[in-house]
Amino acid sequence: MTIDAVHPWLALFLLANLLAGLWRVLTGPTAADRMLSTQLFGTTAVALLAIEADTRAMPALRDVALVFALLAAITAVAFVRRVWQPREGSK
Amino acid sequence: MNWLALASLALGAFFFLAGTVGLLRFPDVHSRLHALTKADNVGLGFLLFGLALEVGSPLVGAKLFVIWCLVLLASASVSHVIARAALRRGVEPWQR
Repeated sequence: MTIDAVHPWLALFLLANLLAGLWRVLTGPTAADRMLSTQLFGTTAVALLAIEADTRAMPALRDVALVFALLAAITAVAFVRRVWQPREGSK
Repeated sequence: MNWLALASLALGAFFFLAGTVGLLRFPDVHSRLHALTKADNVGLGFLLFGLALEVGSPLVGAKLFVIWCLVLLASASVSHVIARAALRRGVEPWQR
């Protein structure tokens, strides 16, 4: 079984992970849980893009993966700073 | 060399699964954070290592390694920020 035969299955498996992460978005009691699942989406997207960059032989996808990793971090920090200030926060 | 790439891809997928299950099963924000970032980093690390083995060219392998380092730095700082904000908002770590 060649390596490239594994890639579609691996990508499918990661997509299934993503769908499972959606459940936490629905039921997450606090806003932080929903933010955690977006972190999971970010990392899974990086993995998926890296796999697709290899199978599709499109090196540009690796740069997209880099941007995804960066954006995931920025969204989380923006979430904590803007939405989730502690009660006595001034903003 | 092929089976090593296959094994690390499988291991990476397993850790992703562990991260997702941890995110769904754990009782509170802190433990979910714990499970998620650890499993993702290690899972992504194994996955990218397997891919780097397959690709063969060291330049692309270095790029994948850089991606992994960025994800490590990002998720470490993000989980710290979220945990600190959760504590400040009174989300106590779960005790049995």
